[in-house]
Amino acid sequence: MERRTLIINPEKCTGCRDCEMVCSLYHERTINPSRSRIVVIRDPLNGIELPTICMQCEEPICMMVCPVNAIYEDENGAKIIDYERCMGCRTCVISCPLGGALIDPVSGKTIKCDLCDGEPRCVKFCFTKAIEYVPISVANQRIKRATIDRYLTAMKERKI
Amino acid sequence: MVLNRKVAFIDLSKEKVVIREIPRELRKIHLGGRGLNWYYIYNNVSPETKPFDPENLFVVGAGFLTGLPMLGTGRTQISTKGPMTNGVGDANMGGAFGPEMRYAGFDHLVIRGRAKEPVYLFVNDGEIEIRKANHLWGLNTHETQRTIKEEIGDERVESMVIGRAGENKVYFANVMNGNKNAGGRGGTGAVMGSKNLKAIACRGLIDLEVHDPDKLMEYAIQMNEQVLSTKWAKTLSRLGTPLLYDVSYTTGFIGTKNWQYNTPGSEGEPLEAENLQRYMVKHVACMGCSVHCRHRVKIEKGEYAGLIAEGPEYTMMGSFGTLVGCYDWDFVIKGNDECNKWGIDNLSLGAVISWAFELYQREILSEKDVGFKLEWGDKDAVLELARMIVEREGIGDVLADGFLKASKKFGEGSEYYAIHVKGHPDLHTDERGIPSFALGIATSTRGADHLRSRPAIDLFQLPQDFLERLIGYRIKNDFTAYETKGILVWWFELYFNIVDSLGICKFQSTFNCPHCPQYDEYVPLLEYATGMKFTKEELMTIGERNYTMERLFNILNGMGKKDDYPPKRFFEEPNPRGLPFMKGRKLDKERYEEMLMEYYKQHGWDENGVPTDETLRKLQIGDPEPNFPEV
Repeated sequence: MERRTLIINPEKCTGCRDCEMVCSLYHERTINPSRSRIVVIRDPLNGIELPTICMQCEEPICMMVCPVNAIYEDENGAKIIDYERCMGCRTCVISCPLGGALIDPVSGKTIKCDLCDGEPRCVKFCFTKAIEYVPISVANQRIKRATIDRYLTAMKERKI
Repeated sequence: MVLNRKVAFIDLSKEKVVIREIPRELRKIHLGGRGLNWYYIYNNVSPETKPFDPENLFVVGAGFLTGLPMLGTGRTQISTKGPMTNGVGDANMGGAFGPEMRYAGFDHLVIRGRAKEPVYLFVNDGEIEIRKANHLWGLNTHETQRTIKEEIGDERVESMVIGRAGENKVYFANVMNGNKNAGGRGGTGAVMGSKNLKAIACRGLIDLEVHDPDKLMEYAIQMNEQVLSTKWAKTLSRLGTPLLYDVSYTTGFIGTKNWQYNTPGSEGEPLEAENLQRYMVKHVACMGCSVHCRHRVKIEKGEYAGLIAEGPEYTMMGSFGTLVGCYDWDFVIKGNDECNKWGIDNLSLGAVISWAFELYQREILSEKDVGFKLEWGDKDAVLELARMIVEREGIGDVLADGFLKASKKFGEGSEYYAIHVKGHPDLHTDERGIPSFALGIATSTRGADHLRSRPAIDLFQLPQDFLERLIGYRIKNDFTAYETKGILVWWFELYFNIVDSLGICKFQSTFNCPHCPQYDEYVPLLEYATGMKFTKEELMTIGERNYTMERLFNILNGMGKKDDYPPKRFFEEPNPRGLPFMKGRKLDKERYEEMLMEYYKQHGWDENGVPTDETLRKLQIGDPEPNFPEV
């Protein structure tokens, strides 16, 4: 099966934080948005809602820097922390330029998105489709389409 | 556990906090949110206590299901003895405050006393700190929240604050969270101001454990899909509450020029909901809501160019729209943003301003009284009068005390033109053509208001068999009828109480949409979330108990049958405009009386609207027993 990827559309994020609630509910069996792997940067007074999450890099720095090789890749391409090995040194947290690895403020463990075994719960609860999980070829087509739409809009407004 | 959230009793005069468990027994009989808030107030606020006395309680409550990823459960209930009615002052607020309060370990904050100087509370991981707020006094609601976030150093802090209106104890001041989430009605912001309490800030990391995570997740998806599959939610997701404008102004039940008319007619066209779309930046939502009924808007051109705001709602389209004869989205957006920053209830403000305009038209008020002319459609005059009310300047100081006090000062029959019940201003709907709506605003425990019982589905003319399945009684599906509407309003009073006690958003209930989840869906949901089992009948009994307690509180504070009538104007003046079935309609005294009696009977209250001994026994409601712990 073709590998899939997450796409984030910030303009569709309403800031409802269902994704955070359900992420903690799935992974920690409790509702606590501060323990979620997906984090919405939300600032309604300045008009910002921006979901952030591990993008499961092709050349993941977290894997490269992990001193005990605790991060492995599963069949979905998710980079997953093996807690038998992880010693919580935070090297991955410090190194990831996207902020994909985090520290659970309650348990103290290092946490990151594991794509919920191929069925990301955040995606399931995102009814506006601000986060999607789609085959890579579909994602590519979307990105191209978005670029072309911007070009067409600019043409219509005679900016080009 | 959902069940292990605590209640904090806070005495601001003594600067002491006592934290207690919430007994499971209380959950069984009141649930949480609005139900438990009123349990504390009913037992601890005596009739001698005036709204601004330190002895009055200011209670903040999270719903029993607040903070779940479904049904818009980001809600918070704020309750107190309110300044406008001297009875139930109660408001329900969206946003993200309630959930954060739960993560901080608390479901209810019961606040008494008065701080010597301005303070704010910081509720954090099971502890409560009283902090100085002199530096926050005078700031608007947005500045206050920004400053608190900065000084705590955590952008996830959620605060519930008052603005200038609350500081100045304007009788219809709000409490606010985020950009536009308002604990809107009942004057709760004024009581908060009277306690010198500028804000409550929350931040927490305490797990909200649910009874069955897997079933809850599965059911949450099902509930969200059920809501989103309805036409109501689909339209609301796109247009927000302004969608209601098109139907109300074409049919003719929107107050215009202070209820002299029931629609502006074609003059109102510029405010049609579709015209708001051109301002839209994106849709935003409260916590736990998949419907996202609000717009983030930006004004690109003109006097207010550059303004980015949230909303406005349908209510503002009356307040700074039809009620004052202004039909300009720019102005509605601007006025709405000002109200949010002042922290004032835009419904009440609109009703009070438009009343002043009509008094000016009728020469009860003069240019000398006001300082300038109050001509219909004069936007500058509307905004300036609003500012004067918030700042209590000139005639604004009189209007800030609400209809009852102001009409005594103005005299000359001015009260007739004040559209209120129990001293509480109505929203801009014109209920004189729709008996069930009229009864709803009249019997509402917080005074004229649509969110205590409005059976909006009465307008849909649903099949009677369907209504019978939903309500349990054969209800007439003609919205101009009086018969059976007492029962319909009763059903919605109980139901809305449960919705508020659970912390669910009414826009995801059967308020406007018969296919949204209701009791049958709440039963499994409560079990998966809390582990507690309730039947539909038990939930309805809790609704009846909670509602009756509010009723009793009003009765103990001097209210009764005399206060259960819609504004006189609705009986006297027929609708001058509207579609043929709306034009010429007004309320009929005799038939209203029969409807009221049917309603009392359905509640188990006597012919004066007083709950009978048998009803109180059945609901296990006793005399008030003060239980605020010694601090």
